[in-house]
Amino acid sequence: MTASSIQPENDVSWRDTVAQSALRLPAIVSLFIWSIVPLLMTIWFSFRRYNLMEPERTGFDGVGNYRYLLSDPSLTSAIGNTVLLVCSVLVITIGLGTLLAVLYDQEFFGRGIARVLVLAPFFIMPTVSALLWKNMMMHPDYGFLAFLMRSVGLKPVDWFAVAPLTSIIIIVSWQWLPFAVLTLLTAVQSLDSERKEAARMDGANAFNIFRYILLPHLERAISATVMIETIFLLGIFAEIYVTTSGGPGFASTNLSFLIYRYALLEYDIGGASVAGLVAIVLANILAFFLMRSFARNLDV
Amino acid sequence: MATVKLVEIRKAFDATEIIKGVDLTIHDRELTVFVGPSGCGKSTLLRLIAGLEEITSGDLFIDGQRVNDVPPARRGLALVFQSYALYPHMNVEENMSFSLKIAGVDRDERKRIVLDAARILNLETYLDRKPKELSGGQRQRVAIGRAIVRNPRVFLFDEPLSNLDAALRVRMRLELTKLHHQLGATMIYVTHDQVEAMTMADRIVVLRAGVVEQVGTPMDLYHHPRNLFVAGFIGSPRMNFLEATVQQIGPTGAVLDLGQAGELHVPSFEHAPQGKKLTIGIRPEHLTLATPAQSSLSAQVQVVEHLGSESYVYVQAISGESLVLRVNGETTVRPDQEVHLNLNPSFLHFFDANGDAIPAKRLS
Ligand SMILES: Nc1ncnc2c1ncn2[C@@H]1O[C@H](COP(=O)(O)OP(=O)(O)OP(=O)(O)O)[C@@H](O)[C@H]1O
Ligand SMILES: [Mg+2]
Repeated sequence: MTASSIQPENDVSWRDTVAQSALRLPAIVSLFIWSIVPLLMTIWFSFRRYNLMEPERTGFDGVGNYRYLLSDPSLTSAIGNTVLLVCSVLVITIGLGTLLAVLYDQEFFGRGIARVLVLAPFFIMPTVSALLWKNMMMHPDYGFLAFLMRSVGLKPVDWFAVAPLTSIIIIVSWQWLPFAVLTLLTAVQSLDSERKEAARMDGANAFNIFRYILLPHLERAISATVMIETIFLLGIFAEIYVTTSGGPGFASTNLSFLIYRYALLEYDIGGASVAGLVAIVLANILAFFLMRSFARNLDV
Repeated sequence: MATVKLVEIRKAFDATEIIKGVDLTIHDRELTVFVGPSGCGKSTLLRLIAGLEEITSGDLFIDGQRVNDVPPARRGLALVFQSYALYPHMNVEENMSFSLKIAGVDRDERKRIVLDAARILNLETYLDRKPKELSGGQRQRVAIGRAIVRNPRVFLFDEPLSNLDAALRVRMRLELTKLHHQLGATMIYVTHDQVEAMTMADRIVVLRAGVVEQVGTPMDLYHHPRNLFVAGFIGSPRMNFLEATVQQIGPTGAVLDLGQAGELHVPSFEHAPQGKKLTIGIRPEHLTLATPAQSSLSAQVQVVEHLGSESYVYVQAISGESLVLRVNGETTVRPDQEVHLNLNPSFLHFFDANGDAIPAKRLS
């Protein structure tokens, strides 16, 4: 310590604050630019006439893009599809994931291999797994499901034509189940065995222990899984692109695919920007509800 | 009326036998303490009684009924865990009433029973709190409350006080003893702390490596340990041991050779043949300071611990053994001082080469 550093305390802290702020500034500024500028540009474009097919038509359009998009029935169906997709996949992966986590917590022969296998789908790229399901599982002629149905004498179903959104829900659930199993299994394993034994002494059977001891214990892990999955599920794109291309009609178009359709199939950047803003609003509404119902568990 | 009877109980994990044939009767309304060094199988034995582990062989009877195949909840026992094992997402009331809820007791009745238990344990004001908002001692009481609520035939405790600080441990020890009298219940209490065992127990079971070494009242074990292990385990500070050889046996008693420490005259000692090797045991309070004329057993003082009312003097005898004396708190003995020790012949314990006590009657 040199003599010059021994100064009245508030003086030192004032200098510290300035120095710290100066050091923090680059990070804050770049983060600000990184997150705010695209948003501002999106908002800017959403008020402009901007169609790549009609480069000569530019200028302000006021709320034209908004009026156009909000009156477009495909928007409501895309919002509905997005919510349905996210919620269904959440229910399936968390539900099945919890059961599998409990199962994989038990001792049984071949558990090590089973655990590796259940995690495998997570390591397959979305495009690849969608192709896999499209051509090898759900194809009406040579898909595995068609084979199964034929072998019991049923007529094979053209999954992507008959139930496009359901098919995509199945594919995405298959991809995200391992993630849920992984996080929930860790949580199941962290349950103190004495707590289970105490419940057994209290007369609880396996179901009681699951319902009153394990589920409350899993609450935080489930919350975290729901949040993380939601963030990714809102933007599902590759699976749709590869399998149904959003069709038939708009039956399997979610918001991110709708944005793609506007921007790159109809070259309507203005319209796509509005759809993007709708997506942001939707994500925030979902996030708000998630936070309210789950986030309080995270800081217990 | 609740008795527990163990007949030839054995428990093996994989190939390792942990409990090696335990025969034991736990009497009605008694507080029986299982005590023994870490890893000797106390918890395992308790868990066998509770039904949390399966008995490998042998029979377990509760009130005369064989319960080997009865599931834990139906044995009518309550177990208080060392870690308390409270349900963290439930408040105190829900923790205590969980077993009643499972049993289908209706809400008002549950509330009444929990309140009764809470009153006994002074927990009335904490019923709404979650376990994490309680102190260690309060959590401990909730765990006990959870047991009381079930009105069990036998209470089982597995080292319930070992997570508490020293002062609280002494207080809870007292409260548990009071509770035992108040409820008039049969209790089995596991601890590795022989002070807890001595102070709380009606009857102590000393375990070593899965075998019962001795069963008896605290005073029984203190005054008549059956072998070296029990003698060394019960009592604090621990009993002193000296090696000796029987030198000569005469009508007035025997003369024991303590090696460099000289000779020791003891009252008649008939059945020990001359030349037999023995271990002499003597409690710290029966080893006293003497003048050189009175005793040829000299020793060097190493450490003096002052506890106020009494002092422990740790010495090294001339023959090499480390010994400890319990003396008056005002003692003026200082480290490095040379002292002479007197062994009171009427309080000696003798053990043969196998470590078994040579019964007192033979010493007349
Ligand atoms: N589930 C198990 N599988 C294998 N070995 C076990 C199991 N439970 C206990 N043991 C072994 O049994 C022995 C006795 O364990 P136990 O927990 O009964 O000891 P303890 O007397 O309660 O000791 P402590 O005072 O440390 O609690 C130990 O050697 C332990 O390793
Ligand atoms: Mg133990």
